Amino acid sequence: MPELTYREALREALREEMQRDDRVILMGEEVGSFGGSYKVSQGLVEEFGDRRIIDTPIAEEGIIGAGIGAAMTGLRPVCEIMTINFLLVGIDQLVNNAAKIPYMFNGHARVPLVVRTPSGAGHQLSCQHSQVLEVWCAYVPGMYVVAPGTPADAKGMLKTAIRDDNPILFVENVLLYNESGEVPAGEHLVPLGQAVVRRKGSDVTLVTYSRMVGVTLQAAERLAGDGIDAEVVDLRSLRPLDIETVLGSVRKTNRAAFVEEGWRSYGVGAEIAAQIQELAFDDLDHPVERIAGKEVPLPYATNLEAAATPSVDGIVERVTGMVEGRRPVAASA
Amino acid sequence: MVQQAEKTATKGGRPRIHESADELRHAHYLMVMIRRFEEKAFEMYTRAKIGGYCHLNIGEEAAVVGAVMPMRENDWIISYYREHGHILARGTEPAAVMAELYGRETGVAGGRGGSMHLFDAERRFLGGYGIVGGQMPLAIGTGLSSKYRQTDEVTLCFTADGATNIGSFHESMNMIGLWKLPVVMYLVNNQYGMGTAVARASAITDLWRKADGYGIPSERVDGMDFFAVKRAMEQARERAARGDGPSLVESNTYRYRGHSVADAGRSYRTAEEIQEWRERDPIGQFEKVVLEAGLLSEDDFHENELAADRVVGEAVEFADQSPQPALDTLYEHLYVADS
Repeated sequence: MPELTYREALREALREEMQRDDRVILMGEEVGSFGGSYKVSQGLVEEFGDRRIIDTPIAEEGIIGAGIGAAMTGLRPVCEIMTINFLLVGIDQLVNNAAKIPYMFNGHARVPLVVRTPSGAGHQLSCQHSQVLEVWCAYVPGMYVVAPGTPADAKGMLKTAIRDDNPILFVENVLLYNESGEVPAGEHLVPLGQAVVRRKGSDVTLVTYSRMVGVTLQAAERLAGDGIDAEVVDLRSLRPLDIETVLGSVRKTNRAAFVEEGWRSYGVGAEIAAQIQELAFDDLDHPVERIAGKEVPLPYATNLEAAATPSVDGIVERVTGMVEGRRPVAASA
Repeated sequence: MVQQAEKTATKGGRPRIHESADELRHAHYLMVMIRRFEEKAFEMYTRAKIGGYCHLNIGEEAAVVGAVMPMRENDWIISYYREHGHILARGTEPAAVMAELYGRETGVAGGRGGSMHLFDAERRFLGGYGIVGGQMPLAIGTGLSSKYRQTDEVTLCFTADGATNIGSFHESMNMIGLWKLPVVMYLVNNQYGMGTAVARASAITDLWRKADGYGIPSERVDGMDFFAVKRAMEQARERAARGDGPSLVESNTYRYRGHSVADAGRSYRTAEEIQEWRERDPIGQFEKVVLEAGLLSEDDFHENELAADRVVGEAVEFADQSPQPALDTLYEHLYVADS
């Protein structure tokens, strides 16, 4: 099976879907001859021309609104938002238009739009360029929010997302673009809204998504060396959320923690923990814990940045504590 | 290079009338029916048949009908929340619009949207948006789509004085101008954004001049003058349809009532000012012009008034007798299943 980077997998998905369907276009800042800020679309404008690979001004509200209007009138646009930090400039269009149009117009309109954007910290990109904000959109009924954590899922989920008629926030990750993995060639489609068990285990369920999947799997290897057998569940999708896969695991292990790069308070883990204790209360031997980024804007200095981000060591320490019965402490600040 | 059209404020000189008697009769009917409909909506709101927000087009009838009439069947119309007249001018059945205001399942949006979120897919009326300026970026997309699919479709995008100050106006105007999209940005200037006069909200009051910043030709017309509006919009539409790009038409008009039904509209305006504008009433002006030209008669006007009364009365009855949406439809159309 071919090995591709996450970036190459996304590019392959875009190319295949654009070859397959003339209604698919890509628009965003620097997607053309620059090849995309993270080089996802490199080579595409040469292949498809600037009619289909459209460089836009710096105008996120305009970009997303354009995507919505085009989606309502016969096209299947993919809008690239350079990073999720900039999504905020145009979030009104996504939340108040894209997510509402099909419902408030009683099904008389559809918005088959994919908004692709990388989330998460890079290296020293500092406070305004390092955020993890997809949970804000996962909160909103009427749109999907999906986040592949591997190159294979990046390709399969992007192809599926482009063919889906719902408005979808497709969350990539800044530091995942260079990661390699096996990616099936050709018509590789991964359904949205389905979690997957990445590592089977019996002592504790670690639920996570996106870049933290790899970090958590590394932590699971270290924990195995200490005699703790962790099961790792990759959500892959925040909305629709596959809670059944999570619950099935918790019923087996009786302990669960959510690992996320974003902030703990009001984060994705808050939702997962709430659902686990609602629906599998009697299967729990320990409170559901949340292992998350420290609750500060992500600072520039390398040591501060590292300290504020969940690490293999940090996860191992917390999970070990869980298994030893150490109760979690309140969120700070 | 985009050529700047000569920018003149129309001074009330009458353009030659090229419409047939039938077209004029229809235009008159639409304006009269819209006024009746809006007056009835006001009444029904005070009777709690209509709830929430209800923004009326009373006084804007020429500005509305003159702009919508030139649009063809395959053109797209994007509007904002003061839109009852817009969708009625497009031809949507008044009964279905009233039913939507009543929140009934027979409404144009099945009772999901209400006054601010009207929609008619068949007539390419794409809504109905409540966030000021939130509709304008959609016009970038519809324009882009029309061009991409190699059609001669034009987008009529309604906007208004208050919205020229919000960020989405600038992003939209820039992208529409940059890409030379087939969009007519129709700027309804009714002198007030809610309770704030244009001069208190905008650094310049010649709002049409804002288009200069985006290389988009623009003009201001007398929005109380049906023919001035229609001529400007015919030309703007034609310009876009032949591939010469967008334009902005600022239409100077007035709403006799307040911002919404809940606002009396008197705390920020004088009775004298309202009266001044009433003396330029769009329906009255239209009637005078077509009478003098011998194209329609008082009988024609009266017939239209009777027809409008009947249609609006039937609309209210239809709405009143329609059921609310079934509770088990609460989750319908939230997502498209298995696409």
